Amino acid sequence: MNLLPYTIYLSFAGALLSLVAGKRSAGAARAVALLTAVICTGISLAAAFEFKPTAGLQTLVDLPWIATPAIHYHLAVDGISMTLIVLTGLAATAGILFSWNIEERTGEFFAFYLALIGGVYGVFMSADAFLFFVFYEIAIVPKYFLIANWGSTNREYGAMKLALYSFAGSGLVLAGLLWTYAAGDAASFGLADLTRAALTLPAHDQTIIFALVFFGFATLAGLFPLHTWAPTGHVAAPTGASMLLAGVVMKLGAYGCLRVALPLFPVGFAYWQPAIAWLAVIGIIYAGLVALVQQDFKFVIGYSSVSHMGFVMLGIVAANERAVSGAVLQMFSHGVIAGLLFAVVGRMVYDRTHTRQLDALTAMPLHRMLPCAAFTFVLAGLASMGMPGFSGFPAELTILIGTWQTSPLLGLIAAVGVLVAAAFTLRAIQVSFFGKTGRAGPLGPPDREPEPAARPAAESAIAFPVAPYPPITWPEKLGTMLLLSATVLIGLKPDLLLNWIIPALQSPAFHAVLKGGSL
Amino acid sequence: MNADYAELFQSLLPETALVCGALFALFFDILWARHHSTDRLRLAVMLGLIGLASAAFLAIDGGSPGPKFGGVLMLDTMTLVSRVGVFALGALTLALLPGTTRLRHSAEFVAIVLFATAGFSLMAAANQLLLGFLALELASLSLYILAGFDKSSPESAEAGLKYYLLGGMSSAFLLFGFSLLYGLTGSIELTHIAMALHQTSMTPLLAIALVMVLVAFGFKAAAAPFHLWAPDVYQGAPAPATALIASASKVAGFTLFIRLLWPGLHDVAGSIASTSAPSGWLTIVAVLSAASLLLGNLGALAQSNVRRLLAYSAIAHTGVMMLGLGVIARAGQGPILYYAITYGLATVGAFGVIAVVDANGGCQRLTDLVGLHKRSPLLAGCLLVFILSLAGVPPLAGFFGKFAIFTAAFQLGSISGPAGWLALLAIAMSAIGLYYYLIILKQALIVQPIDAVTPIKLPIPAALALVIAATLLVLLGVFPSSLLGLF
Repeated sequence: MNLLPYTIYLSFAGALLSLVAGKRSAGAARAVALLTAVICTGISLAAAFEFKPTAGLQTLVDLPWIATPAIHYHLAVDGISMTLIVLTGLAATAGILFSWNIEERTGEFFAFYLALIGGVYGVFMSADAFLFFVFYEIAIVPKYFLIANWGSTNREYGAMKLALYSFAGSGLVLAGLLWTYAAGDAASFGLADLTRAALTLPAHDQTIIFALVFFGFATLAGLFPLHTWAPTGHVAAPTGASMLLAGVVMKLGAYGCLRVALPLFPVGFAYWQPAIAWLAVIGIIYAGLVALVQQDFKFVIGYSSVSHMGFVMLGIVAANERAVSGAVLQMFSHGVIAGLLFAVVGRMVYDRTHTRQLDALTAMPLHRMLPCAAFTFVLAGLASMGMPGFSGFPAELTILIGTWQTSPLLGLIAAVGVLVAAAFTLRAIQVSFFGKTGRAGPLGPPDREPEPAARPAAESAIAFPVAPYPPITWPEKLGTMLLLSATVLIGLKPDLLLNWIIPALQSPAFHAVLKGGSL
Repeated sequence: MNADYAELFQSLLPETALVCGALFALFFDILWARHHSTDRLRLAVMLGLIGLASAAFLAIDGGSPGPKFGGVLMLDTMTLVSRVGVFALGALTLALLPGTTRLRHSAEFVAIVLFATAGFSLMAAANQLLLGFLALELASLSLYILAGFDKSSPESAEAGLKYYLLGGMSSAFLLFGFSLLYGLTGSIELTHIAMALHQTSMTPLLAIALVMVLVAFGFKAAAAPFHLWAPDVYQGAPAPATALIASASKVAGFTLFIRLLWPGLHDVAGSIASTSAPSGWLTIVAVLSAASLLLGNLGALAQSNVRRLLAYSAIAHTGVMMLGLGVIARAGQGPILYYAITYGLATVGAFGVIAVVDANGGCQRLTDLVGLHKRSPLLAGCLLVFILSLAGVPPLAGFFGKFAIFTAAFQLGSISGPAGWLALLAIAMSAIGLYYYLIILKQALIVQPIDAVTPIKLPIPAALALVIAATLLVLLGVFPSSLLGLF
């Protein structure tokens, strides 16, 4: 436990070191990055074994930092942050394994990458609003460089859009926090002190400040209609960065909503709750439908991320213990699964075939050329649409049950969203890997089931010999194993995480918010 | 006035050291270095740095705080911090010179930088209208010369002339305002003026005097709508001169006007805490702040010349500093001086990088920065720190400066008054600002050059100066109390 803050410091140190190592050779930079990420993951897993779930935050470090305004260097964890810290470790390690083929400016790539990771670890441990904000911004800026320099389609546009959206969102958060601090005459920027200060504000002010802070964070979480940066950003990003972006960075926004916006302003939350719940549900359905008609493989995954993050936001605003615990579980689950999906699309497929157009992919017998990728994608797709046995199932189920308790109507619509997710995932599996040349996937959507008579399997084997794509490399296999085992483990035993999350939600900070009740 | 000349000498030791340094630089140049043309610049810079270092030592070590020489000078924390700040910024400017300038008469350049710094240092200590004006003129005249120093470049001449004409006009405004203040209160001592104003209320004549003073201040600080000289001067002047104009002169100028406005004229300050509060010169400051924030940030979006872009960004930063001037009643002088000094460090650094690139093939358009990461990774890395600090990205010092000022603004009048609105405007504008800062970084770090690029050989003093500036920005950002705790 006491080593947990070192994940932050080691990540930043690793960033500097990989910059230096990159000058010598790309391999050295890779080794430094992987070593750093593995050590950090090791630390977080060790801390996880030692972790005793309690209500409320367990302080790791608390040092006075700045005298006026009073700011403490205060790191603390509870079950929610522990879950996300473990996720960060896994996603970071897998992301590095899937970035193994970065040859151009490798040292700089991993420097930005590790700086981002350090910021993310910091956010998940911060118990002081100022510190939280500092780490949050540290996590935002490297994304611009990762995408603009190492990205693909329309990378400069995607990177700039993402950076401006995130920065504008964090501007809203900053305004809200400063307003609370000043108007409530808070003793310090510590979350506990700010909560006390926020309580003294008039209800009208609370409503406005809640909107500032919540929507500021929700921008990064991809809440409809603030999500438009996400698909373009994901598509433009290099694989490793997409994995981080969908895997952990979008979680920063959702985590900010849960950790800062809700506990601080219960009154404001009550006012906005119905509106946000509807936005979340609209996001689930809308992004799912958009994903259904995308031609670019990566856009499918990009929109699916928005749709799945809609579930997270829905779980958070449904505001009962079950729904919120489901939301946190979904953050973990989506972090792992989205990482896998992006890994397959961006690294395994695109880096070999150099196309992401489904039209083009469907003409190749990809499941023969890249059986490993097909295998991974089918499993990840099943996990993504919530098949029992994978982490997506308990997460979405918990959210749906929780939402039902708050509002049956929203629960129903969101359940339709699960069907839409199944539809676009199956379409993607079928069109990309099991295209015209092969048989349809085992669970292909009925309206798109190819005619078996039209495409005999034997003919395709002759017409399309296996193309000389390089086989899936060992770092890719290792990363896949890591993420797949995480999603299966949590799918089979969600209690591992829920036993951390549920006690955390019983902390006094969430009492005023998690009242349940109906919308 | 009981004239204690020993005390005066003691208080002015830093300025004396600077003037001696300047004279030595000129002396040795004529006597010896004229015949050794390769070492000419290096010797002058070395003497200049020694002068600055001894001035800083004397400023830190020198005398007890308090009013000196019958209240003409004031030595307090603000004087000390501001003096050391301008010496450091001046030293960084000087260290950038070797290898980055093609200027002839380099010893004169060094000497004039030192004279300007002596002016800044006096501005930081001045507690009397006349001395304040003289110090400002000493600094300004030196800066006019520096702006027009590049005799081979018509743009430099234009910059010098423009700066001189507009600066001269603003000095006239200032002098006129001072004369009215003298007429109204019967004194040029700030303490006496404050006492006299305490007994009077706002009169039309006083209002005119305040407007005159603030117009001149707006000119000197490049606040909109008096900013028009800034883009042309930043563009035309030699890059090291721009570095000094943009950094140290801001720190000194704000120190002078903080002292003039807050201890001197605080009885007619008015308030920007709420809309119903009485108006005074703070109202004008708030208007200047809002105009600068809007004009600076929006103007910068349209620039394709990196120097003009930084000039507009400087105008935007002046807007934040104006807000910092407005919140002194709540937060003291700490936040604004912290902001001014860290802004100065980032600007010296950014123009230092431009100066180095300029010496290696020119640096005017944004596209001149293309391929910098290949030409010199160190230079590109330093530029990253400077620009992100200007953009206000934590953990760099630029962020904490903004944070401290905005916090004070919200505390001053919450959201219901002009202070809160200005803070909201400034936060919104920093999100816009990120766009043009990232455009600079995109050119320097991301865009791949089409042709083969020539590596930049970074001279050691310049490299040292840039690395020190970048390190200071990180350290001051992570440990802001090290500077703010002094106040």
